[in-house]
Amino acid sequence: MAKEVDGCVKPAGGPLVAAPTPAEKTAAKEEVRMTIARTGKEAPDFEATAYVAGQGFKNIKLSDYRGQWVVLCFYPGDFTFV
Amino acid sequence: MAAVAARYDQFKALGVEVLSVSTDSRFVHKIWQEEELSKMVEGGVPFPMLSDGGGRIGTVYGVYEEAAGVDIRGRFIIDPDFIIRAMEVLTPEVGRNPDELIRQIKAFQHARATGEVMPSGWQPGDKTLKPGPALVGKVWKEWKP
Repeated sequence: MAKEVDGCVKPAGGPLVAAPTPAEKTAAKEEVRMTIARTGKEAPDFEATAYVAGQGFKNIKLSDYRGQWVVLCFYPGDFTFV
Repeated sequence: MAAVAARYDQFKALGVEVLSVSTDSRFVHKIWQEEELSKMVEGGVPFPMLSDGGGRIGTVYGVYEEAAGVDIRGRFIIDPDFIIRAMEVLTPEVGRNPDELIRQIKAFQHARATGEVMPSGWQPGDKTLKPGPALVGKVWKEWKP
């Protein structure tokens, strides 16, 4: 197996939504917490640190996978099974 | 996650990449993979395991449970144009059905390729419907629930 690396020296960006303008900032405090994922709409892009077996740690953007089908699966925690 | 990993060849065959996300750090993902998942599924989880520390990504996707500080079970099918085609969100006590996920992917891929629509409960090979004025009021001739 190839040597695994830690490519996560730089912190991941989290949700990659446009930063609010100063005028919007007060109102945006509430809005930032809003869900923006909707069926039929573009998937909100984000960047996250990741572990990939055989490769090691790296940062991954959802938009790295634009052009192919993706299943995004959230789950409550490692070491849990249902 | 193990159930999805066990069917990973089916996802690959459909040209689908799986990305799993939890609020655990990448270090915890690595140890879970090495200590448990790799013993449960041959080769372990072959897809990237993403970390959503702080739940900022889960918040945007409507799955972050603030009281517990975790992302609850939610899965999203995203097409090659980056459009969310389906979402399913469950509270933690019930797991998902990966076979239903695969059925939905096949149906959306069929719709994308043909422009046809898939009636309730459609399985690959079943009859599809061609939407249009000619079908209005005539679905009963084509399909029964």
